[in-house]
Amino acid sequence: METPVIQVRELTKKFGHFTAVDHISFDVHQGEIFGFLGANGAGKTTAMRMICGLLTPTSGKVDVLGLNIATQTDAVKRQIGYMSQKFSLYDGLTVRENVTFYGGIYGMGKDQLKLKIAELAEKLGLEDKIDHQVSSLPLGWKQKLAFLVAIQHDPKVVFLDEPTGGVDPITRRQFWELIYEAAERGITVFVTTHYMDEAEYCDRVCIMVDGSVAALDRPENLRHKMGKETMHEVFYQLARAAQRQE
Amino acid sequence: MKTFLAFIRKEFWHILRDRRSLIILFGMPVMQIVLFGFALSNELKNSKIAILDASHDPYTQRIIQQLNASDYFTITTSIQDEKEIEGLFHKNKVKMVVVFPAGFADLLSHQHQATVQLIADATDTNTANTMVSYASAILGSFQDWLLDQQTLPYTIHAETHMLYNPQLRSAYNFVPGLMAMIIMILSAMMTSVAIVRERENGNMEVLLVSPLKPMWIVIAKAVPYFLLSFVNVLIILLLSYTLLSLPVHGSLILFLFACLVFILTSLALGLLISTVAGSQQVAMFMSLIGLMMPTIILSGFMFPIENMPWVLRAISHVVPARWFYTIAQSILLKGVSIFTLWKEMLILLGMALFFLVISIRRFRLRLN
Repeated sequence: METPVIQVRELTKKFGHFTAVDHISFDVHQGEIFGFLGANGAGKTTAMRMICGLLTPTSGKVDVLGLNIATQTDAVKRQIGYMSQKFSLYDGLTVRENVTFYGGIYGMGKDQLKLKIAELAEKLGLEDKIDHQVSSLPLGWKQKLAFLVAIQHDPKVVFLDEPTGGVDPITRRQFWELIYEAAERGITVFVTTHYMDEAEYCDRVCIMVDGSVAALDRPENLRHKMGKETMHEVFYQLARAAQRQE
Repeated sequence: MKTFLAFIRKEFWHILRDRRSLIILFGMPVMQIVLFGFALSNELKNSKIAILDASHDPYTQRIIQQLNASDYFTITTSIQDEKEIEGLFHKNKVKMVVVFPAGFADLLSHQHQATVQLIADATDTNTANTMVSYASAILGSFQDWLLDQQTLPYTIHAETHMLYNPQLRSAYNFVPGLMAMIIMILSAMMTSVAIVRERENGNMEVLLVSPLKPMWIVIAKAVPYFLLSFVNVLIILLLSYTLLSLPVHGSLILFLFACLVFILTSLALGLLISTVAGSQQVAMFMSLIGLMMPTIILSGFMFPIENMPWVLRAISHVVPARWFYTIAQSILLKGVSIFTLWKEMLILLGMALFFLVISIRRFRLRLN
């Protein structure tokens, strides 16, 4: 079996006496859509920030693409993409400027960027809006645009931190189509969410409760194992055991 | 390096898009200098004065003639009674009244002294001061003439130099102050707001996940403001030189170097604020209250530091603008060289390094 794209071992983060993430371990395989679920305060954002190198773990180890995130950060960073919880394009810049800037910081050349911009415009039907400021676009489009920008440098893994917050169901659906498309191209997708219908779209889900992994499997397997109809019920039963309050 | 340039280019897009701020930043100094230049050309030209001459002798006639002949004054009113003075001021008819006592010439010839009263409307302090000093100068030259006329065994020569020109001097003082203010706004306030905005909008995380090194992110954010500050300094200097005929007595290179050091200090302070402030508004307020106010009030360009209570005097020592102001003034107006200024220069340089080290440390801390 090939080496996992992400390998998390005994990952722990303590803030003073509070253990936000408590010895979690799991693997994410190439090309899969890995859902990272949990109630607010369950530690999923903290875990994700450690996995993509934004936060130094208290103990434990993370390998991304076979490289240690703590010691080989630079090599890892070039090969991953990230889309944050808050909207991460620059409102005051045009679509073209945003794409050029994010491409630029990943070292993409002018010609390559020109192609990307054309491709992106076509994909989103934004041809006539390419020189408009991002602030003039509807939220749904911004979100989709942010995702395409996050994967424009062809990363091996992309991290999405609650990418569909505040978006209507139709746009969410369209957003997930983009995610599927990316996964088909071989990009591994690591996504956090608290929409349970989205959990169904994932290949595998990991449910965090109180800083630990409460369940990790394919959504259908989890439902069968626990005898539930929907992921919502699965999640509800697991999360009910939580001790932590927000 | 390419990624770094891509970042700087983006920063410029941001700044250039914000036309309003840009107009204010470059328009404000231009406006102020033009206004000052205009105010200068108008200062004390043909100020209206009134004369109360109770003596009507050749001496008073001569003084009145000289007052009128000067460019500074125009005698518009002649009054006979002291009671009229107040009314003149109330109606804003004149700015100053010159009063000669009865028997002025007699007093001068026999008692060798006489008093002329200069009564000025001091609601406008600067103008009043200037008028009185000009009038005194004219009286002084009359005295010289008088002494030349008489063949006394001794001569008292009263030399009056026109050193005192408050209007003019405050305009020159204003230039380094204006520079300090613009640098503070651009390098400290706008830089801190720009960095905090990056974090507030969630862009910072995305940047930190990218291959860019955190330190380069900060440097890339600072570079455009550094350049803008310096360009602004050059514009102010050029305008002051041409419009206000500001002298540059000392070394221009030394002065520009001092500007660079001061810009660096401000950038470091801006960075420091960005590591403390949680939101753009907080960053703005901290810059305004923590940096702008001391720069305006405690640097010495508005209020003389020597006249302050010791607490404020002590505080002024940690205000970078105070040192910059002293350096700028000494180089531009007095032509002082580095050998006299090395202490101030070292303090400013020390401050720049100190704040830079602290803010970089804090920035690293904040990342984790």
